[in-house]
Amino acid sequence: MTQKTNARKLTIAKAMAEALGEAMNADERVFVMGEDIGKLGGPFGNMAGLYDRFGAERVRDTPISETGFIGAAVGAAACGMRPVVELMFVDFFGVCMDAIYNLAAKNSYFSGGQQPIPLVLTSAIGGGYGDAGQHSQTLYATFAHLPGMKVVAPSNAYDAKGLMHAAVKDDNPVIFLYHKALHGLAWLGTTPGSITHTPPEPYEIPIGKAAVLREGADVTIVALSWPVHLALHAAEELAAEGISAEIIDLRSLVPLDKDCILKSVRKTGRLVVVDDDYQSFGVTGEIIALASIEAFDALKAAPRRVAHPDIPIPFARPMEQFALPNKDKIVASARATLAPNQRAVI
Amino acid sequence: MKASAEQRLAMYELMFTSRRYEEAIQAAYFEGKLPNFNMANGPIPGEMHLSMGQEPCAAGVCMHLTKNDYVSATHRPHHIAIAKKVDLNRMTAEIFGRATGLSGGRGGHMHLFDTEVNFSCSGIVGEGIAPAVGAALSFKMRNLPHISVAFIGEGAANQGAFHESLNLAGLWKVPFICVIEDNAYGISVDKKTSTAVARNDIRAAGYAMPGIYVEGNDPDAIFAAAGEAVDRARKGGGPSLIEIETDRLTGHFTGDPETYRPAGEKEKITQRDAVPALREKLLSDGVASPDAIAAMEARAEARVSEAIEFARAAPEPAPEDALTKVFA
Repeated sequence: MTQKTNARKLTIAKAMAEALGEAMNADERVFVMGEDIGKLGGPFGNMAGLYDRFGAERVRDTPISETGFIGAAVGAAACGMRPVVELMFVDFFGVCMDAIYNLAAKNSYFSGGQQPIPLVLTSAIGGGYGDAGQHSQTLYATFAHLPGMKVVAPSNAYDAKGLMHAAVKDDNPVIFLYHKALHGLAWLGTTPGSITHTPPEPYEIPIGKAAVLREGADVTIVALSWPVHLALHAAEELAAEGISAEIIDLRSLVPLDKDCILKSVRKTGRLVVVDDDYQSFGVTGEIIALASIEAFDALKAAPRRVAHPDIPIPFARPMEQFALPNKDKIVASARATLAPNQRAVI
Repeated sequence: MKASAEQRLAMYELMFTSRRYEEAIQAAYFEGKLPNFNMANGPIPGEMHLSMGQEPCAAGVCMHLTKNDYVSATHRPHHIAIAKKVDLNRMTAEIFGRATGLSGGRGGHMHLFDTEVNFSCSGIVGEGIAPAVGAALSFKMRNLPHISVAFIGEGAANQGAFHESLNLAGLWKVPFICVIEDNAYGISVDKKTSTAVARNDIRAAGYAMPGIYVEGNDPDAIFAAAGEAVDRARKGGGPSLIEIETDRLTGHFTGDPETYRPAGEKEKITQRDAVPALREKLLSDGVASPDAIAAMEARAEARVSEAIEFARAAPEPAPEDALTKVFA
């Protein structure tokens, strides 16, 4: 992650909008559509300015009709365009999942590779601001579970811009998930670490490459999106106790950078996975399985995980905050992997 | 728009080819599945949805289309694929699950894709409508003269996807036609039991597009109605909805005992079979001589035999090929 004090800093929202503007400028096949992305620039600002620059034909406000316009984006992608389509909150996929997992994600396979679908689906994820159980989920593991989609979730603006350029150029459906706690919106509060140096020119970050954000010797902490920042804070607290944590930002779930995870686990021998999605059958289980199968001999302690309990995300602040991952839970889990008899620690 | 003698003959050739093709597929499908029907057995496993009886819908519409026009079809796709000129050998190999099939055996009969002629189909009811609207949007945005057609069954007109997609098409005024093949049944549930309106063409009014209902499973009438809609779409006049009264002469799937049909219905629809009916009309209208029609039928039968032989001779896919083509 590039951090220059004198460099231009952007929020993730602005970095996404900048990347989309550059991509639309470079390739007239690229267009965006979704709910409230025209004059409003998207409820979360990640399409801001595009309507004024490119007009209503290429920045298309749609009806509240996700099955219709996401399905239409697939057809447009099959016929020569490169649409970027916005599903406002990822929680809404329930009304249009067929167009995503049965249609967009299976065209390549069902056509024996004849029919690529160059489609980017952007969607807002995450809670922590009291929006309750239908506007706070991340759900990325669900997309990652279903074959045929790439799934990215950046933790900072630099990555968001580079990953967006890569996503638009990709010939496959890419689910691009941006976290509301990182997005740079005045009305939501923004984790400061997500606002990073972002070069003003186009650049790509390859999808499927994780980043080691902090090197460490004692325990590997794997995260993506917002929990990356929790993990970085946890690493500072652990360092004060003499525990050296290595922090990996996955950046994408599909493809998953297995080499990066395994290399780190083989070095530290300990693993904590942090996730902002439901715990069961999800990211934490997948990565712990990977380490257990591929790096079993290197493990010095049972891996640990921090994720949502398997409950809908509650509204009331005490209950909501109880459910979310946080720095203290990560610190406790990391400590547990270093306990003398770690099997006795729950 | 009236079909010329040549066009009527061409429609008959498409319909006859499709009929003989599906008879051959049906025969192959039952291999290994009798006397005890087990869907997993035989050279063609899985469900099989035949379109016998519905051939006029495909022929009457696709006569107006070029290979650049986009068509999405349903789980009952063979007649439409044939009318859209999908590569018959590779399509058949796909239905047999062979390596030289359209997708190397990954899709089977409900998932036929031929990008050479812009054809695809889907096993999900109503799924193909929105992508067809999007294809039309692409053509419009790029100022191309192509149009897009979604074929669906009358059951799909009760899906949310139908209403969302037609609203988009009407809103965007894209060169798109929704063709409803009204065979009166969604599997076993008849249209009266499932649908608030007797005819879906009136639903077009809700989406600011013309709607028409074509009675009688008549290829000439379908040709005329489709011709107007295609012409309008190509001239920038926007989308249309066409519902066609048709007959499903077989079960929903091959092996369906069809116990839900009222007594006498099967006999009635079999008697009015559109394929021999068109043959009779062509003869009585003096469009072609019996010899000319017989020669055409022989050509079609040879074409079908060639496709079936191609598929049977084609190699099975290597199991590990299943791991490829998930991504482009």
